[in-house]
Amino acid sequence: MSQEIDQTKNRILKISILRFDPHDPEDFPHMETFEVEEAPGMTLFIVLNEIREHHDNSLKFDFVCRAGICGSCSMLVNGKPTLACRTLTKILDTNITLAPLPLFELIGDLSIYTGKWMRGLNERLETWIHDKSNELHVDKLEERMEPALADEIYELDRCVECGCCVAGCGTIQMRENFVGAVGLNKVARYHLDPRDKRSDEEFYEMIGNEDGVFGCMTLLGCEDVCPKDLPLQSKIAYMRRMMLKTSLKN
Amino acid sequence: MKVIYTDVLIIGGGLAGLRVATGVKERDHDAVVLTLVPPKRSHSSAAQGGMQASLANSNMGEGDNEDVHFSDTIKGSDWGADQVVARMFTHCAPKAIRELAHWGVPWSRVQRGDRTAIINAKKVTITEKDEAHGLITARDFGGTKKWRTCYTSDGTGHSMLYAMDNKAHEDKVEIHERLEAVSLIHENGRCYGAIARNLMSGELVAYIAKATTVATGGYGRIYSVSTNAIICQGIGQALALETGVATLGNMEAIQFHPTAIVPVGILTTEGCRGDGGLLLDKDGYRFMPDYEPEKKELASRDVVSRRMTEHMRKGKGVKSRYGDHLWLDITILGREHIEKNLREVKEICENFLGIDPAVDWIPVRPTQHYSMGGIRTTYKGESQTLKGLYSCGEAACWDMHGFNRLGGNSVSETVVAGMLVAEYISDYLESAESHISIHTANVEKFLKVEQDKIDALLVKEDGEDAYVLRRRMEEIMMDDVGIFRNGADLQKAVDELKELHQRAKNIEVFRSKSRAANPALVNAYRTQKMIKVALTVALGALLRTESRGAHSREDYPERDDANWLKRSITSWPNESDDMPIMSYEEISIGEMEMPPGFRGYGKDLTLHNDQTPIRQSAVDAITKELESQGKDRFEIQNAVMPFMDKLPKKYRGINERLGENV
Repeated sequence: MSQEIDQTKNRILKISILRFDPHDPEDFPHMETFEVEEAPGMTLFIVLNEIREHHDNSLKFDFVCRAGICGSCSMLVNGKPTLACRTLTKILDTNITLAPLPLFELIGDLSIYTGKWMRGLNERLETWIHDKSNELHVDKLEERMEPALADEIYELDRCVECGCCVAGCGTIQMRENFVGAVGLNKVARYHLDPRDKRSDEEFYEMIGNEDGVFGCMTLLGCEDVCPKDLPLQSKIAYMRRMMLKTSLKN
Repeated sequence: MKVIYTDVLIIGGGLAGLRVATGVKERDHDAVVLTLVPPKRSHSSAAQGGMQASLANSNMGEGDNEDVHFSDTIKGSDWGADQVVARMFTHCAPKAIRELAHWGVPWSRVQRGDRTAIINAKKVTITEKDEAHGLITARDFGGTKKWRTCYTSDGTGHSMLYAMDNKAHEDKVEIHERLEAVSLIHENGRCYGAIARNLMSGELVAYIAKATTVATGGYGRIYSVSTNAIICQGIGQALALETGVATLGNMEAIQFHPTAIVPVGILTTEGCRGDGGLLLDKDGYRFMPDYEPEKKELASRDVVSRRMTEHMRKGKGVKSRYGDHLWLDITILGREHIEKNLREVKEICENFLGIDPAVDWIPVRPTQHYSMGGIRTTYKGESQTLKGLYSCGEAACWDMHGFNRLGGNSVSETVVAGMLVAEYISDYLESAESHISIHTANVEKFLKVEQDKIDALLVKEDGEDAYVLRRRMEEIMMDDVGIFRNGADLQKAVDELKELHQRAKNIEVFRSKSRAANPALVNAYRTQKMIKVALTVALGALLRTESRGAHSREDYPERDDANWLKRSITSWPNESDDMPIMSYEEISIGEMEMPPGFRGYGKDLTLHNDQTPIRQSAVDAITKELESQGKDRFEIQNAVMPFMDKLPKKYRGINERLGENV
């Protein structure tokens, strides 16, 4: 297997972490470096837990599934937003810099409040099926859907709300209410879903503006950093065409 | 003291908790969800392969219905399940999945015409009916007679949880994020809510509620290697246990999943084998047919995990620096299939192993995966002993899984139990019994107890290191309370855990003294709780001198229906005691629809109960009599073991299927 590395040659990793406890009035943002001996198959999840357990038990970070599924552990690894749990140390240099994702509220060290931001986004874009006329009958056969369409919706449904695209977005640096690729992808997902009966005009109301699809400067940092490889570029372009069409129609 | 009042307090924001929240909201009750993490990051999101519901849409699911799902579930449980609950569950699973489809889950659908599938290492052509086109499809999973596991690629839990959380947004469910329940408020056998700690500010808050629901998932993290998310630490079970009043059921019933990757223990779904993947040994030899000629790789999870362990013990495992493992081969499925239906598996293999599963074999071994045990409840999801306390999902012992859960039945349970328990809670809230009066001075006492505990942890000197105790507990559970168990090891485990429990009273939080966000403090108080939960598991396993489902005793290999057809009940009435107390709840054969039988794996080692043949004859006689009168399957079932009256009225309807009741 690829993780068979001779144990005698384990590298010493120097992990520099941007630390700050906003609850401590005496604290200020500073870098702190820890040395950890690399082990085969080591991920940043293992590294950070080792630092917490053996070097500094006050170190704050967020992991939940530790399998690249839940999106909790996004952070800047050597300046690039990514999921820490599935980042193997062997692909990195021995000097590793970790910092919290920018733009989100800081809880402490590498721990950020993405939940609050994403909840606000979901409420704003009403990311649920809108269909007041269609009453649910749980005993009846489910409504049919073309298999290919279901697959296509799932493709966009794979977003894990990790916030990497937000951290990698140039537009949001200048326009703080910009919905980001995560938001536009969600709108594309519901726009595609025939169960959601919102009209193009209603979607236009939501994102047919500079905080929505017309704000994007097409720098596409989002697509570069998305850990789920979502087709953000093509979906933003698609939504822009759809919204343009809607605006011309009206 | 900050006090928040609500009708229903829900601890845990996964599928079960959110489904309860939306359900009680629909009945116009107020609900607050406390959650450690944003709900969409709950462990429900990690469920990959699918949700069982007997829709019978796909060709390989034809003929499926509630009866077949029920029978599979009871066999899977090794007759440990509550059959009435299992009936309620199988009846409502199709409703729950249709509800989720309505809320936006993009379930994979049936494509009419021919398609190629891999069955028993051979390519076969399956022809899907025209009339099934566009309905929800299903894949094969272990221990099931029909292909019944509905899915969205291998991100089923993710899609379900996202739809559920979005529904909760729509319903304006109040979610209090990064709030951890640290104790339940109770008095005179009645639960009044919980004391919770804000994980960001450290503030303690009292939540007062007429009904409190624990939906915190399982306790896998008491083991050193588990597929579970790191937040699945058994804290919900500990909260119930620490009341001294609520009880836990079947805590020793722990499932090991056959295929977690080595060494990190991340799951690769049963869908890998359901879709045709094979288990191979160090020689590349497919060994499962030798052990289980009929079901092979798709025997029940407990069986496959034991067979793999046996095979490795024969020296057939692949040696690695992390111990022995076996291979999971899905190359046979082809790249196209893997990239469409096993995407998460592919990503996991790439990211954590650096391999391409369309070309390389995956190193796997059985790993702790699921907690069948949990807070013991009635069929309504209410604690049998603490009024006003409810529990559902993996946190609970409801008990539809008995001693082994079928793959695909867990996410299914979360949404089914959630929708039912929401109705029972709502009924309760609409009755006079639900009214509460608790003096705020008493609430303050509960808050003060927790404040004092936290203070003690922070000011203690020369105390114990919580990490050291926790790691030791995890090792004990792994080494001595694992897949195969024996009296000597279990006794050792219980003795040492007892000692760890004493030492845990003396934990000191070193250096990190913040009262606000402080992971060291969190680890300290959770470790104290986890050790208690571990003790209930080890003690339950030691005392259960038989093998049933996932509980496998080398010194007692028989399933002993004569003496052990009962549920283990654990409580901890006196906080100062160094051990929990065990008692047992009989599982009555006389009321079973499906009296105990042989599961069909290996040799039949069952020690039968005298009541079994008597009940079997009674069931057979009723069935024969009603069949001769031309009664349908529903009428016969109802005569053998009625359950419909227990369901909320809105969920009693007969499920439509293609060719049945449409």
